Amino acid sequence: MLNWRWLGARALGALITLLGVTVVVFVVLRTIPGDAITASLGIESGTLTPAQRASLEHFYGIDRPWFAQLWAWISGVAHGDLGLSLTNGKSVTSLVASSLPVTVELAVLSALIGTAFGVVLGVLAGSRPGRASDSLTQGASLVGLAIPEFVLGTAVVTILAEAFHYFPDTGTFVPLTRSVSGNMSQILYPSLVLAVAFAANVMRTTRSEYVEMADADYVRTARGKGLSPGRVRRSHILRNATIPIVTLTGIQFGYLLGGTVIIEQIFALPGMGRLLFTAISNRDYPVVQGTVLVIAVLFVLVNLLVDLLYRMIDPRTRAS
Amino acid sequence: MSVLPTVAEPMGSVPAAPGRSSLLARIWRDRNGRIGLTVIVLLAVIAVLGALGVLPHDPIAQHPAARLQGPSSRYWFGTDQFGRDIAARAAVGIWTSLRVAVVSVAAAAVIGSVLGISAGFFGGWVDQIVSRFIDILFAFPAILLALAVVSALGNGWQNTAIAIAVVYTPIFTRVSRGPTLTVGGAEYIKAQRVLGTPLPRILLRHVLPNVSAPIVVQVTLALSWAILTESALSFLGLGTRPPTPSLGLMVSDARNTVATAWWTLTFPALAIVIAVITLNLLGDGLRSALDPRRDSRP
Repeated sequence: MLNWRWLGARALGALITLLGVTVVVFVVLRTIPGDAITASLGIESGTLTPAQRASLEHFYGIDRPWFAQLWAWISGVAHGDLGLSLTNGKSVTSLVASSLPVTVELAVLSALIGTAFGVVLGVLAGSRPGRASDSLTQGASLVGLAIPEFVLGTAVVTILAEAFHYFPDTGTFVPLTRSVSGNMSQILYPSLVLAVAFAANVMRTTRSEYVEMADADYVRTARGKGLSPGRVRRSHILRNATIPIVTLTGIQFGYLLGGTVIIEQIFALPGMGRLLFTAISNRDYPVVQGTVLVIAVLFVLVNLLVDLLYRMIDPRTRAS
Repeated sequence: MSVLPTVAEPMGSVPAAPGRSSLLARIWRDRNGRIGLTVIVLLAVIAVLGALGVLPHDPIAQHPAARLQGPSSRYWFGTDQFGRDIAARAAVGIWTSLRVAVVSVAAAAVIGSVLGISAGFFGGWVDQIVSRFIDILFAFPAILLALAVVSALGNGWQNTAIAIAVVYTPIFTRVSRGPTLTVGGAEYIKAQRVLGTPLPRILLRHVLPNVSAPIVVQVTLALSWAILTESALSFLGLGTRPPTPSLGLMVSDARNTVATAWWTLTFPALAIVIAVITLNLLGDGLRSALDPRRDSRP
C-alpha cells in the first residue's frame, strides 16, 4: 500500500537534512572563541610550552585545516564515534548511550499519559460544545499550556517533599528492567509534569477536530441511517479525528526528546538533557556537539515516522 | 507546552479583510481579543513603571532585616530571601521578559518574512537554498536550538534574544512562503510586473499586505513562546544575569524558599502564566479579526 518512491524521496531528504545538521553543529561550535585546549585546561593552558601545545593540538586534531576537521568529524559520526569528553575523557558515544534510555523513557511515558488524558478530555469537551464542561476543559488547557514546566516541576517537588515527605532517589538511576517500582518512583512524577502541556495540546486538537467532524455531512448521514450515537462517535467521528491527533502526538513527542533539559535538572534524572546542561556549564563542547546531534537525528527520524504513519492512516494522501 | 513553539493554523492566501474598521476595533469586538488587549496594556504599563524605577521599593537593594516577609500593605507580594521586594522585582522581571520577547520576535519576523517572501516570490534557486536552510533549522527541537546558541554565545539578555530569534526565524519563513507562492502567481501581481512597477514596490505594496495576516497572528504566538523560553533559560542560569531581576531567576531562587514562603514562587510564576495566556488570547482575537470568513459567523 505504500508508495515506495515517495518513501525513498522522503528518506533521501531526511538524510540530506541530517548531513546539513552535522555541518551546522560543527560550524556553530567552531565559531566559539577559545579552543579545546583552553576549554579543557582553563587558565593552566597559559603555562604550556609551545611543544606541549603543539602535541595537544595534534591530539585534538585542531592543527589540521578546517575541512579536514569537518571530514574527520563526519566520518567519525558515520562510524558512531562522537569524540571524547573534555572534562572526564570518556567517549561521548558511551555517555549518550547511558543517558538516552532515561530521556526516551521519560518522553514515552509523558506522551502516553498526555495522549490518553488529552483525547478523553477533548472528546468530553467536543461532544458538548459551549456547555460548562467544554468551557472548563478549554480553560484548563489554556492554563496547562501557559504554566512553564519549571514552575510545575518546582511546585511538585516541593509538595512531594513537604506534604508526603517523599524524596526521589537522586543517587543512581534505576532502570525499568531492574525494578519497576524503583524506576517509577523516579520517573513517574517528572513524566506527569511533562504530560500536562502535552495533554493540553492534544485536548485542544481533539476538541476542534471532534466539533468539526460532528458537523460533517457524512456524520449526519450516519445518524440519519439510525446508527447508535456510540457507533457514530467511534467509527465516524473519532476515526477521522485520529489523523491530526496522531500527527500532533508525533511532533510533540519529537519536541519532548529535546525538551527534557529542565525537568531532568529539577528531578535530578541522568538523561540527555542533564548531560547537555552539564556539558554547557563545563564548556565541554564535544559533549554538547554529540548530544545536540543525537537529539536532532532522533527528532528528524520521529518526524519521518510521523509522516509515514500519517500516510498509512489516511488513504487520501496515498494517491498524490 | 512551555517549550513548544506553536505554528498558527494556515490561512492560505486569504487576504486580510478590507479595512472597514481599524484592526484594534476588530480585535476589541472579539471577547478573547478584548481580554488579551486589556491585560497586555496593563502588563506593559507595569513593566515600564518597573524599568523606570518609580515603584516604591528598589528591586535590587537587599534588606536583611526584612527577609522572607509575607504579603502585606508594605510589601504587596512579600519579600525574598535577601529581603528584596517581590512586587518590584516581578515588575522589572516582566520588563526583562517583554524586552527579550519583543526584540527577538521582531528580528525573527523581519528576517523570516524577508526569507519566506523571497523564496515564495522568486522561486528557483533562491527557494531551494532558503528551504534547505530552513529544513536544517527545523531539524532541531526548539529549546535545544536555543540552548545550543546560548552555549555558543554565553548568557545575557541580548544573547537570549538572538537564540530565540534563531529558533523563530524558520517558522516565520514557512508561514510567509506559502501564501506568497499563491499571491505571486495572481493576475494583479503579473499586471504590476507588466506595467513595469519597480520590484521593491510590488513586494512591499502588493505582496506583503496580502501575506501579512498569518505573519501577524504568528507574532503573538511567538511572543508568548519567547517569554516562556526566556524564563526557562534564566531558570537554568543561561539567560538573564543576576542581579537583574528575571521571572525565571526568581522561580529558580524560590526553589530554596517556597516550602516556608509560598509567595516567593507564586507571584513570579503567576506573572509568567498571565503574560502567556494574555498573548494567546490576543492571538485568538487577532486571528478572528484578520479572518474575513469569521465576519458571517456569530
